[in-house]
Amino acid sequence: MIEAFLTFDFIRYSVLSGLIVGIIAPLIGAFIVIRRLSLIADALSHVTLGGIAFGVWLSSIFAVTINPLVTGIVFSVIGALGIERLRTVYSNYKELAIPIIMSAGIAMGIVLLSMADGINNNLFAYLFGSISAVGKTDFYLIAIIAVIVCLFIFILYKELFLLSFDEEYANVMKAPKWIQIAFIIVVALVISASMRIVGILLVSALMTLPVASAMRVTSSFKQLMFVSVIFGEIAVILGLVASYYLSISPGGTIVLVSLLILLATVLKKSNHKQRGELDDQSV
Amino acid sequence: MSETIFEVRDLSYVYTDRPEKTPALKDINLKINKGDFLAIVGPNGSGKTTLVKLILGLLSIQTGEILINGKRSRKFNNWDEVGYVSQKSNSFQKGFPATVSEVVLSGLTKKKGLFKSFNKQDLAARDRVLELLDIKDLADKNISALSGGQTQRVFIARALVTKPSILVLDEPTVGIDARHVREFYDVLSRLKNEEVTILLVTHDIGVVVDKADSVACINEHLHFHGSNHDFQQLDEAEISKIYGFPIQFVSHDHDRECCS
Ligand SMILES: Nc1ncnc2c1ncn2[C@@H]1O[C@H](COP(=O)(O)OP(=O)(O)O)[C@@H](O)[C@H]1O
Ligand SMILES: [Mg+2]
Repeated sequence: MIEAFLTFDFIRYSVLSGLIVGIIAPLIGAFIVIRRLSLIADALSHVTLGGIAFGVWLSSIFAVTINPLVTGIVFSVIGALGIERLRTVYSNYKELAIPIIMSAGIAMGIVLLSMADGINNNLFAYLFGSISAVGKTDFYLIAIIAVIVCLFIFILYKELFLLSFDEEYANVMKAPKWIQIAFIIVVALVISASMRIVGILLVSALMTLPVASAMRVTSSFKQLMFVSVIFGEIAVILGLVASYYLSISPGGTIVLVSLLILLATVLKKSNHKQRGELDDQSV
Repeated sequence: MSETIFEVRDLSYVYTDRPEKTPALKDINLKINKGDFLAIVGPNGSGKTTLVKLILGLLSIQTGEILINGKRSRKFNNWDEVGYVSQKSNSFQKGFPATVSEVVLSGLTKKKGLFKSFNKQDLAARDRVLELLDIKDLADKNISALSGGQTQRVFIARALVTKPSILVLDEPTVGIDARHVREFYDVLSRLKNEEVTILLVTHDIGVVVDKADSVACINEHLHFHGSNHDFQQLDEAEISKIYGFPIQFVSHDHDRECCS
């Protein structure tokens, strides 16, 4: 695989993009999990599918090449804003926004992809990721998104922490409203970036599984973000290698590795917990 | 004449989110001066928390108005000068993977302002309140691994970390053991000497009698608003009218004398 990495551009782009995604997906995922927004990530990934299909369809009828990732990003950002809006409309049933947006995304995706005749070859790559689908433009887009995400988290870390931990206190302190909107847009960007590698259906897994595992072995939030990224990277690296040698979609292998990590932390925690209980009794 | 910090005028509030439309407050008028310690008392469900939330802008005002430092509360900008401990520390995300130290530090978020990260001074401020609330040894513990009383002390520490000039406390000592409650009120007395304005919602009549400058009794309506001295002169009949049962003014100091 190292040879291939040196020889073939597309492998290089895939691997580098994978490594980037392994950082940003768990990083933003930490906030998503804490705020119980995992399903929103799922909904947005389906909207991204709609956007990608739109790009493919446009390219097919206008005989121009539009990078579907670009339309995917645009749709996912619009979907993010739509969810925020619906969440205020149905303020007592915030989760209703999710199936509405999600079904809209899938329905559009399927209709447009069928019309563009892209169902056969493209759909599989979009749904489960692909090691050969990442081109140069994709790579640069992903890299730019990564810079935005990292800056966003770095600069607004304390506001994001407060918003996630205690929304009421953040409201008393009148934390600016645009941070919430910016957050959901950044989530949309991360989803678009990750989708090339792990696919639409498994994007949210890469954002949540490493965090779910890290939660069981860390006690501070900074540690949580750090360990989530480590777990994310392990999953991406092992997943990509397996995907390359077995010639299967990287989405599946990456998520399976994440699940193994999760399993390991769950088992480890059970021992830990027994110890903790003894501690409590001795106090 | 001393400066007025909070002024509540003809405030009424009805919860409209459920079909039954619960009236919570009716024609409340209150004033709190700088450095004043006002205790708000009243039975469960009497609208105390609703009043606090309206003052803090967590609920939007329907009728009447609230002035903070002479400005309508909507226009008031110095929220970093306000420390707040909410009634239930449950408002935070349970199981949140953060340490006590991170939570306390997050109290400084507004004061620091956007785009700035915490520095040495902030860490020193954090250590000061950890010490003050006797939770220094919990600093690196996960917040969800604490007992109710410990958690509550963490939230008090978060409210104090900014050295606020105004403190709004909604039943802050619920679940805290007797020793730490006493220490907490000692801290409040010290803050009071530093001219901090304190608004305390409590069930603890003993504390009210010992510490408060003035008292407001609320049960949807404002039944009493005056000095602590006058509050203690109220006869039992009037108090029971508010509470629905008789209340005795037992001071904690008195308590301690007879028990120790
Ligand atoms: N979110 C809410 N929706 C509807 N009614 C509420 C809500 N919060 C409080 N209430 C009602 O308003 C009244 C006052 O509540 P509250 O201010 O919490 O009282 P207190 O803090 O004095 O115990 C109660 O009758 C309560 O049932
Ligand atoms: Mg209350």
